[in-house]
Amino acid sequence: MVSTAMSRGGEHASALRSFLKRAAQFVIVLATTLLGLVAVTFFIGRVVPIDPVIAVVGDRAPPQVYERVRKEMGLDKPLAEQFVIYVKKAATGDFGNSVLTTNPVMTDIARVFPATLELATLGTIIGTLIGIPLGVLAAVRRGSLIDQIVRLLGLVGYSVPIFWLGLMGLLLFYAKLGWVAGPGRIDVTYSYLYTPVTGIVLLDTLMQGQMDAFWDAVSHIVLPACLLGYFSLAYISRMTRSFMLNELAQEYVIAARVKGLSEFRVIWRHALRNAAVPLITVIALSYANLLEGSVLTETVFAWPGLGQYITNSLQNADMNAVLGGTIVIGTVFVLLNLVSDLLYRILDPRTR
Amino acid sequence: MKHLPKKLLLSAAMVAAMATSFSAVKAATPPDTLVQAWQSDDIISLDPAEVFEFSASEIMGNTYERLIQYDITDVSKISGQVAESWTVSDDGKTYTFKIRPNKKFASGNPLTAEDVVYSLQRAVILDKSPAFILGQFGLDKNNVKDKIKQTGPLELTFEVDKPYAPTLVLYCLGNSVASIVDKKLLTQNEKDGDWGYNWLKTHYAGSGPYIMRDWKANEVLVLERNPNYEQKTPLARVIFRHIKETASQRLLLEKGDVDVARNLNPEEIDAVAKNPDIKIQSAPKGTVYYLGLNQKNPNLAKPEVRQALKYLVDYSAIADTIMKYKGVVHQNFLPKGFLGAVTTNPYKLDVAKAKELLAKAGLKDGFSVTMDTRSTAEIMGIAQAMQATFAQAGIKLEILPMDSKQALTKYRARQHDIYIGNWGSDYQDPNSNADTFAANDDNSDNAKAKPLAWRNAWDPGPLTAKTRAAVMERDAEKRAQMYKELQKAVLDDGPFVIFLQQTEVAAVRKNVHDFILGPSFSDNDVSKTKKN
Repeated sequence: MVSTAMSRGGEHASALRSFLKRAAQFVIVLATTLLGLVAVTFFIGRVVPIDPVIAVVGDRAPPQVYERVRKEMGLDKPLAEQFVIYVKKAATGDFGNSVLTTNPVMTDIARVFPATLELATLGTIIGTLIGIPLGVLAAVRRGSLIDQIVRLLGLVGYSVPIFWLGLMGLLLFYAKLGWVAGPGRIDVTYSYLYTPVTGIVLLDTLMQGQMDAFWDAVSHIVLPACLLGYFSLAYISRMTRSFMLNELAQEYVIAARVKGLSEFRVIWRHALRNAAVPLITVIALSYANLLEGSVLTETVFAWPGLGQYITNSLQNADMNAVLGGTIVIGTVFVLLNLVSDLLYRILDPRTR
Repeated sequence: MKHLPKKLLLSAAMVAAMATSFSAVKAATPPDTLVQAWQSDDIISLDPAEVFEFSASEIMGNTYERLIQYDITDVSKISGQVAESWTVSDDGKTYTFKIRPNKKFASGNPLTAEDVVYSLQRAVILDKSPAFILGQFGLDKNNVKDKIKQTGPLELTFEVDKPYAPTLVLYCLGNSVASIVDKKLLTQNEKDGDWGYNWLKTHYAGSGPYIMRDWKANEVLVLERNPNYEQKTPLARVIFRHIKETASQRLLLEKGDVDVARNLNPEEIDAVAKNPDIKIQSAPKGTVYYLGLNQKNPNLAKPEVRQALKYLVDYSAIADTIMKYKGVVHQNFLPKGFLGAVTTNPYKLDVAKAKELLAKAGLKDGFSVTMDTRSTAEIMGIAQAMQATFAQAGIKLEILPMDSKQALTKYRARQHDIYIGNWGSDYQDPNSNADTFAANDDNSDNAKAKPLAWRNAWDPGPLTAKTRAAVMERDAEKRAQMYKELQKAVLDDGPFVIFLQQTEVAAVRKNVHDFILGPSFSDNDVSKTKKN
């Protein structure tokens, strides 16, 4: 008895130690990743032959105006000094002001990020809910028609440009059939009926009881979310299929069948549970991809999100905005990796 | 699993049912609101003292007023807007303006000479990009308070340093940099002596037909009827939705979710023109497309080569295909519609002639040269067309596609061989373009002024003095003649291959009336637009 209690106490202590160690590791990884990201983006931003002063003063500014703004932007200082100043400010959450919108970059990002978050989250949910069952079915019925269909879906998802599919979707479901609303997040007539609180239109309109506005927002998001969902589905179903095939070949599956468990239980309870562990990473990665990679979707659907914000800033040499946006995406990536890592540990005791 | 097809069918039916429940989506804009789809990502400020970009200029034109305006169907007809009348002193240096009585800002504050003086002084003192339009009359932050003075509740004087052609001064006072702002409102929002600049960048303080109510960068800009304006606008609201993708603009227009699509490409215009619910409108703009030939490149510096290149552009093919609806052939630096503009276009594609000229220059086998090209579909298309025709005379043109800011940075540093670009006039007076295409006071690398002639390292010789003289000529007839001579000289020998004048096109739904596209972007007018 005594020895058992002691060993339990020892287990707790070692679990705590291991947790603290992981937490410390995480902080270090986050800090170095972000610093690296800032350094690379900063220096690329300064090395490319694009003059950020033109973004502020325009093409026709007289030389004296140009020079004054260059000084105001601190571009007359040595590169290393500019970098140190930037990192010091960034550490306090100050990423400077955007040239284009004149707001602090963080204010802008706080405004555009919810739009991307809303779209990517819905896309990932759709992709996961449909992708996993499809992948499982494809694995169970390997070589059957359903398997062929799933593989075709994946292939199309990988090879067809999202931009083109988006336009085709708009043409069919918006222009021809009129089932969904067109580009934008909400119709202009509704856009002033609610106050943005969370920035997530679906939530804001719902919470404020603006049901007409809510349904309008729903009809705007359906198509781009399904499109992103499809891309995430293509990836998730393919990975599910391959993980499931791996599991179905394991001895425990054969053993379960021998024990007389129903096929349903064997597949959905036993095999899928084990395949779910690596799937977490797949879903997290797919989510991160949707968050940063939905630029083209945002352009086709005039969706004012982070992807559009960064591309636009890049085109306008608005370097503060580009850096701020990159850092946010970097942080999201690291955080999602951490979450999937944690879930991995919870679901698979062997990795603890 | 056997039942799978059934299940699939069922879920497909459910999705379809869900989707059809959205079919009630409203697909028409409200009757008192004009909704436009346009690319407005160039807006960086809404302070008229700073605005210098196309989209924001258009907003300024509809929301602010200026002392002077001109008739957009005949820009030579100048009239007062806020000014009731004006006189010019005998020495041509002092302009006295009388302000219309009983004018009000949108805020309700009265508009007086004090506001006009404040607005003009403010633009000069803030010294933002367009400030030179006023500064060129010898005004700077040190002397502006002596040069622009209030002489009565509704009277002010504006003093210039030389007896310029009066039309030049008046056109410049009609520019958006000279918009009248509400002094009282701005003083209330001033911070650390910034003349309300930080506030006005995103707010509004004018007296025009519309009020700027809301601006979300790259998303939406909303104008609302100004209740204090003399004439009530037919529409209560005008909404500009930023839709970058032109195919999306087309879909929205055809569905009736927007009333006007502003940036369709030629094929899209062709397609929507067939729709009975849509009409196409167009207007020539004060913008010319040109090639800038850097004279630091020894081949391009040869007069025969400059000439040869002018014979190696297929002007009409470019205007009829790539730039269909968007431009007409134009080869002189003054756009049609400006005082003295020459509209004859002597050059056309003539490979034999070009070869002859190249042989004379000692380059009978041609040469290799690069062209800095902004990677937009239209500019790339034009560049490729030129690449093909240049090749016919043995000139190997390498296209260097790049981001527009990158191309500009290189161009401003005179590091290009050939630059393909466009130039929009800053104000409606011919000096705006003559000053940049035909004059260059100092061709050294660290010159103070850097007009287009400088960017292409071209010393125009006596043309600089002629440009300076033309701006002082007070007889309009003689002045027009001087600009004609300048244009001929640049056309014959200048390092510019000017090939098009821009046309602006908008696709508009049939129920929209009096949507006006004017000669400059600030003249695109929605104050009279109605819907039925």
